Amino acid sequence: MDDLSSLITGFQIALSWQNIGFMAIGVILGIVVGVLPGLGGPNGVAILLPLTFGMDPTSAIILLSSIYWGALFGGAITSILFNIPGEAWSVATTFDGYPMAVQGKAAEALTAAFTASFIGALSGVILITFVAPLVAQFALRFGPAEFFAVFLLTFCSFIGMGRENRAKILASLCIGFLLAAVGLDSISGDLRMTFGSTELMRGFDFLIVVIGLFGVSEILLTVEEGLVFKGKQARIDLMVVLRTWAGLPRYWATLIRSSLVGMWMGVTPGGAIAASFMGYGLAKRFSKRGKNFGKGEIEGVLAPETAAHAAGTSALLPMLALGIPGSATAAVLLGGLLVWGLQPGPMLFVEQKDFVWGLIASMYLGNLAGLIIVLATVPLFAAIMRVPFSFVAPVILIVCAIGAYTISNSIFDIWLMLIFGIVGYVFKKLDYPLAPLVLALVLGDRAEDAFRQALLGSGGSLHVFIANGLVTTLVILAMILLLWGPVSDLIVTARGRHAGKAAEAAE
Amino acid sequence: MSGSAETEAPERGISRRPVEIATAAILIGLGLIVLWDSYGRGAGWDNGPQNGFFPARVGWLFLAASLFILFQSFRSEDKIFVTYAQLGQVARVLGPLIVFVALIQPLGLYVASAVFILIFMGVIATSRWWSIALTALLVPLACFWIFELQFRVPLPKGPLEAMLGY
Amino acid sequence: MKQHWLAATAILAAGIGPAAAWEPTKAIEIVVPFSAGGASDQMARTMQGIIQKHNLTSQPVIVVNKPAAGGAEGMLDIQKSVGDAHKLITTSSGIFMTPMATKLPLNWQDYTPVAMMAQDSFVLWVNAKAPYQNAGDFMAAAKAASPPLKVGGTSSKREDNLIVFAMEKAGGVKFAFIPHTSGGQTSTQLSGNHIDASTNNPAEDVANWRGGATRPLCVFSDQKMTYSTPVAEGKSWADIPTCASQGLNVTYQMLRGMFMPGKVTKDQQAYYVSLFKKVSETPEWKEYLARSALVPDYRDGEAFVQFLKADEAKHAKLMGDAGFMAK
Repeated sequence: MDDLSSLITGFQIALSWQNIGFMAIGVILGIVVGVLPGLGGPNGVAILLPLTFGMDPTSAIILLSSIYWGALFGGAITSILFNIPGEAWSVATTFDGYPMAVQGKAAEALTAAFTASFIGALSGVILITFVAPLVAQFALRFGPAEFFAVFLLTFCSFIGMGRENRAKILASLCIGFLLAAVGLDSISGDLRMTFGSTELMRGFDFLIVVIGLFGVSEILLTVEEGLVFKGKQARIDLMVVLRTWAGLPRYWATLIRSSLVGMWMGVTPGGAIAASFMGYGLAKRFSKRGKNFGKGEIEGVLAPETAAHAAGTSALLPMLALGIPGSATAAVLLGGLLVWGLQPGPMLFVEQKDFVWGLIASMYLGNLAGLIIVLATVPLFAAIMRVPFSFVAPVILIVCAIGAYTISNSIFDIWLMLIFGIVGYVFKKLDYPLAPLVLALVLGDRAEDAFRQALLGSGGSLHVFIANGLVTTLVILAMILLLWGPVSDLIVTARGRHAGKAAEAAE
Repeated sequence: MSGSAETEAPERGISRRPVEIATAAILIGLGLIVLWDSYGRGAGWDNGPQNGFFPARVGWLFLAASLFILFQSFRSEDKIFVTYAQLGQVARVLGPLIVFVALIQPLGLYVASAVFILIFMGVIATSRWWSIALTALLVPLACFWIFELQFRVPLPKGPLEAMLGY
Repeated sequence: MKQHWLAATAILAAGIGPAAAWEPTKAIEIVVPFSAGGASDQMARTMQGIIQKHNLTSQPVIVVNKPAAGGAEGMLDIQKSVGDAHKLITTSSGIFMTPMATKLPLNWQDYTPVAMMAQDSFVLWVNAKAPYQNAGDFMAAAKAASPPLKVGGTSSKREDNLIVFAMEKAGGVKFAFIPHTSGGQTSTQLSGNHIDASTNNPAEDVANWRGGATRPLCVFSDQKMTYSTPVAEGKSWADIPTCASQGLNVTYQMLRGMFMPGKVTKDQQAYYVSLFKKVSETPEWKEYLARSALVPDYRDGEAFVQFLKADEAKHAKLMGDAGFMAK
């Protein structure tokens, strides 16, 4: 109850006209940097930081955290329209979001993505509001063995069910792991698989690989069918938002499941990326329409977006309570705190009550302001699909090149993007699935690090992975999810044969 | 003119099997390189896994999967991978794109973008010349304004920008 | 709100006006070769704040994290940016150790030294609930432990790993060194009791010390730290005994400084030397030093270069002894 009155005070602080204005500016700027690959939250903050010195810390952090919300919402836009995820956690959104756009349902997909982000983020904020200290304590129970178990769970929930050519799934997964291993191995401090090249020493950045594999290759595939965009006959008006909303309640199970997965993954430091893949994987398995996933199912947009944003928001909690930023943008918020002489950590909640509750209140308001603003832009972004291909395609490719370059100021990376574009084109035509590759690339080295940290600590004994209730539960869950697909397949085939025989007998 | 013409006679093009085989062969080659590198650095167990342990295990799996794919490709029925008409379309995008990336180093990204737009829109030839020229001028300028002036993200620049003092 | 935008325009306009000596003409980028939230990152972001708050430059300052390859990514970036006077890099002893451990073609002599801002101490931390009251207890427990006690630190074959190696040699014991990606992660793992000790810098663990999750045993320096304002449990940094006084004879300190890319002009170097001299004299900087328990040690010009040469020779020996040199 003490918390509740603190929250109300927080709302009073956040709800001044001035602060609402800051929220709007922050959100709009956030969307801009979220849409353009190559720009991110840090760039937006760099512009605004000088302006914040005249403000009190609460207003300043409201302005800066609104950029965070805007960037979160903005990341989904390019995923859906052009199959180019701007952030790692938007990858799973492309699986169904882009097919929807191709079918002329870009506006529905955007609305679904934004609404799902809002629901996810809201559940994260509610979590922060009511159980912050408790949850922060829980996060401390995660050592390297538990980290590894969380990653294992993510892999198993996503991979176990694949029905494509299994050898190709395996090959694709291996490529992801191997790409992730290139560069400096943080456990031994040695370089791996760089073959003396300083360019390879940085390793393969996720964004470059994904811009190539998803974005560039998609453009190459599109032009095979002629030099036009697919799905440009979309009817676009603001009513689309309401019509889409009307259909959402029937996906309540997916929304709740993804929110829970997201909150869990955000607090345990699995993070938004793992959450989005797991949310998608679980929805595909447990939804009645799971078979249609990947062909433009709206549930396939809702599931990863809700999970990613529930996780992204819950991840702010460890940052505030423990001082560990979960993403580059969260790091910028952390930087903001430091500039004003606020030390994040367990004492922040005690010593800077006004500030913390003002920030939490602004999360509610910023998230809502973000939703309203992005929904208003749905027709605008959906209309991009009507611009002639010969104009949009070069602009997309130029922006992709800029995005690849800015990651580490290297022209070599633009070539890499191009090569991965061609690889993606060939792989798609030969039915190699790309999602396992991306998942392994993003989480592979972190999973490996955690595994080896755990074994360093246990003196090489594998017992560390069944050492306590938490880690054992996670590992068992992972095994269940891994085997669910093949086993249920077996059961279905067995039944099918049975039914077939029965039918024969009846004849 | 594009590949969408649905006729009974199969269209001419590159068939799928050689592409499958070539891809599998490349993957097998990569797997061998990974194994060679990992065992070179130590892929054993020394108080916990050595730094080549994981890549080596993944490398073996990868090799096995690639060999299986190679084996599969001989058995699967042969289809068209890409028709020559489609390949032509892809080349009309890929060609200008390669020229664009190659020009970034000497000319800077902005000038290269202008050249790219000119070639791309020219090759596709659905727009009037003045709209092509306008696009080629305005897109790089807009990029410059957003990235260089507003967000202060330095992009590669060439002799033209140097002449103008950037 | 309007006046803020006007203020921003004024700042931008100021950069265009003519100036006598060299002035930056675009945003200044500070490259941090570590991930966000670590000690180097905190220093860079504090400087960013101070520079902008006091209007010390006509152009904005951007902090960019380039943590890949244990900091080598950031160093290679500076190496490549020869002659770019709008780039700076925060450095620690990593500037010697990264090339030594990886054989990468990097050398600080190719960069332009600007200023050394401070020296950072290393402290032996344990979980607040751990039974050890001093370094002696801890080393005795380490001797008896099987499997060995786990000591966490940042990166492999870097500062923390050197200290742990020196502890093993000094006490005749064996530790399991667990590398993490940042000091913040190490501190969290320690407060969750997943490791037995860490050798974090003061700033990396201060939050958890104040929160009652971790506790310092001793500092790896010749002398105690000087800051006597109470931090937590009524104790100050100055109350932490030196490790040598508790029978653990290991000392190590690390420089924190700023470098520019190679081949910049004298004017450009002088601009940043005077900029960081001004930064080091602001009250906010002194507050930051006290909060992070850094040893104030500002050096520029020849004094800095001499320090670097001596420090490099020292590290070459330490790394060689520990067997961390790349073959």
